[in-house]
Amino acid sequence: MSTDLEQFYQIFFEEASELLAEMESRLLGLDIQSPDAEDLNAIFRVAHSIKGGAGTFGFTDMTEMTHMLESLLDKLRKGELEIRSEMVDAFLEAGDVLKKQLDGHRGLDQANTEEVAAVAQKLKLLMAETAQEQAVSAPVVTEQETGAAPAADEDSAGHSLAQPQVTQRAASEDVSTQSAVTYHIEFACGDLAERVKQKLLHDLACQGVLENLTAPDNSDQCVLRLTTQMSEEDTWEALAFIVDPVSLSIRREAVASAVQSPGSAAGEERNDAAPDGREIDAGQAVGLQSSQSPADEGVSNSSGTGTGTGNDVSAAIDAVTTRDEPPAADTPVGRQSSKKPAEPAKAANNESSSIRVSIEKVDQMINLVGELVITQAMLAQTASQIDPVIYEKLLNGLNQLERNTRDLQEAVMSIRMMPISFVFSRFPRVVRDVAAKLNKQVDLKTVGEGTELDKGLIEKITDPLTHLIRNSLDHGIESPESRVAKGKSAKGTITLRASHQGGSIVIEVADDGAGLNREKILAKARSRGLAVNDNMSDPDVWMLIFEAGFSTADAITDVSGRGVGMDVVKRNIQGLGGRVEIDSIAGQGTRISIRLPLTLAILDGLSVAVGDQLFIVPLTYITESLKPAAADIKTVRGQGRVVQVRGEYLPVIALHEVFHLQPAVNEIHEGILVILDAEGSKAAMFVDNLVGQHQVVIKSLESNYRRVQGVSGATIMGDGSVALILDAVGLVHVTKQRMVDAA
Amino acid sequence: MQQTQAASASESSNATPNSSSSEFLTFRLGKEEYGIEILKVQEIRGYDAITRIANAPEFIKGVVNLRGVIVPIVDMRIKFNLGEAHYDQFTVVIILNLSGRVVGIVVDGVSDVINLETEQLRDTPEFGAVIDTEYILGLGTVDNRMLILVDIEKLMSSREMGLLEQVGGWVSK
Repeated sequence: MSTDLEQFYQIFFEEASELLAEMESRLLGLDIQSPDAEDLNAIFRVAHSIKGGAGTFGFTDMTEMTHMLESLLDKLRKGELEIRSEMVDAFLEAGDVLKKQLDGHRGLDQANTEEVAAVAQKLKLLMAETAQEQAVSAPVVTEQETGAAPAADEDSAGHSLAQPQVTQRAASEDVSTQSAVTYHIEFACGDLAERVKQKLLHDLACQGVLENLTAPDNSDQCVLRLTTQMSEEDTWEALAFIVDPVSLSIRREAVASAVQSPGSAAGEERNDAAPDGREIDAGQAVGLQSSQSPADEGVSNSSGTGTGTGNDVSAAIDAVTTRDEPPAADTPVGRQSSKKPAEPAKAANNESSSIRVSIEKVDQMINLVGELVITQAMLAQTASQIDPVIYEKLLNGLNQLERNTRDLQEAVMSIRMMPISFVFSRFPRVVRDVAAKLNKQVDLKTVGEGTELDKGLIEKITDPLTHLIRNSLDHGIESPESRVAKGKSAKGTITLRASHQGGSIVIEVADDGAGLNREKILAKARSRGLAVNDNMSDPDVWMLIFEAGFSTADAITDVSGRGVGMDVVKRNIQGLGGRVEIDSIAGQGTRISIRLPLTLAILDGLSVAVGDQLFIVPLTYITESLKPAAADIKTVRGQGRVVQVRGEYLPVIALHEVFHLQPAVNEIHEGILVILDAEGSKAAMFVDNLVGQHQVVIKSLESNYRRVQGVSGATIMGDGSVALILDAVGLVHVTKQRMVDAA
Repeated sequence: MQQTQAASASESSNATPNSSSSEFLTFRLGKEEYGIEILKVQEIRGYDAITRIANAPEFIKGVVNLRGVIVPIVDMRIKFNLGEAHYDQFTVVIILNLSGRVVGIVVDGVSDVINLETEQLRDTPEFGAVIDTEYILGLGTVDNRMLILVDIEKLMSSREMGLLEQVGGWVSK
């Protein structure tokens, strides 16, 4: 049986990750002033789905956490409670904890138990406040509901407790929350740090009127009197997290509340931790339960489901329905009926609109289509030699095949395409967190989230982008004070923009911050012994920040000192076949553009001939091709050759020399120069001839062979032969190095 | 498909010393006859358009397109300096599948597939062979013919072949 379940673990992990991501984005998008009911419902559903799944697989830690979330969210979405920003913070933290717990179950890092406890505590405090506020603001409506929340709360914390008892507690709470109650609290505090104790006392004081009755000479026993609207359970919960539950005793004192029920009398003198201190027998509990309102039936149902973690998802969903019922009783029927049918309909839509397919299957399909494209090209080439009059039908068929192949290729490639919003959606959180840490006010704008790119790229672009954004936050955007001093609005803006440009996708990270400091970068470069001079163009200067180990060291913070340097960003992007460009204006901001190929599998290339060989040059690196005049070719110290192109002297890379080939033409002015622009360094590549422009499928040389210098991969041409794809960046750099060495 | 083959190939290499017989594909290099385990062979094909690879040693002829897979081709005659390295319609390329890596070797001709019993195998004498004895499984005798049985997997992944990433160094030479 357990092996059966394990098959579904992976599905649960994937789903839960997606759900958590959805929750986060919804939370971040939530308008605190007027939260959208649909958003709250969606967040609730997410928490609930995770709880259901986690319960099925017996991940109790996740069940507990989601249960707390769920209880609080339930109140929010029912409009019993105003959402506040600290709740959103707590929810986000809870989301983080859940992610870690999920990783823990996946066999990765375990969640930090202290962290879990801290977040749980936070949620509980919010819950406690809830109860209190409700009692003040709407005593009548909350009578049932406040009973519901602590009961639910209880089942997550005291997970192993028997169900009748849970119900009984719910009953007692029901009464106790009606008005302020005075508790006599005693606990051992000998092993508590003074700071912790003060914090605890402060927290309690926030909940009501606190009197410290501790004898001044007794440092081991702490005696408090608390008058509060908090339920006894919540008080206990609040304390039990910090003090040893064994030593904790909470007793209700002379009654401040006029309403007393048998339930609260029974619960009056109870030592929760010690089972022998319990004075209620089961019979009484059952009796109580039967005397409760129908609403409490619903509550006991749902908390029962939460406790039994072995339930399957459908049972958990049933519980939701049950849970929905109590408010339905006192809300107009119209509202319920308008809301209820909408939910299943939506779920059904989601169900049918996508399927889960393993990435290997998709990749296999892409490979096969790649083969088909090659075969089709081979056929087309052969067919170009036959007589079109005799074989008219065959040629028509081949034309049809070409169109279909192209469509098929596009369709298959689009399977791997995902909107870049998958990456962008994580940044509001990053910006929010980092900005808070740096005490900056930053707005994040995203443009073009719908732009699609390859899934492989999406995964690999996330880290570099995160680093760029952190960098913008840390170094780009100034503090609110200095922004105001400069006449800008206190709030900085970071703009993430994605767009298609030709065959590439361009992602920009722009800030309206201070801009790069030319002098500082140059000074830094000099101190690091880099070859720089004051006449360097701005783009060249900006590119210096991508040098390894180049950091504006006076500003090391925990935000930017995260190990990934700008050089790594650049290398990652290069590894994806992309390039980085920087624009910056002092005082106005910086814009970093990343240009990436749409996909990793296909490349637009220009085929060039050298001797009997064909090479593919990626189009993204080509700025122009020209036939030079003999007079434009100059030599430097008799060996290195340069060519003058519109006033610029560019080093010449003779491809036949690099690859030791016998060229068809030896004189540069008889051949063609292809001007390469690899990250700002330009060079002219000397080839015999240009052959044509192709879209080529990139094949790895390394899968059966090894890396070859100057070559980034291979492809198969229309005639079935192999052509090597040139590594333009590598070639330009090697040549540049050679020129430097020679000079 | 490839994986299955590779799996069976490695299985057989483990089994060879103990099993009573195994099959070898024999081929000629110049005047000498060599044998490699049949299970390491994926297919045999003619020698056709090869794309040279820059700065590769002379014995690596280049790469070919084998139904969409880029396969490097090694000319064993050049590598071991045996016979004339000329290419005609009789030149044969043996495509090997070595633990999932596909490599082609150029030989003068494929003779046949023979079954060798363990007792037909002789230990390799210490001689100054062109192939390091480290890569020779043993010598086989069939009807007065002597076969040099090569541990092709070990040879192809060796440093001197420079087919794998671990090597490096020769590119810059």
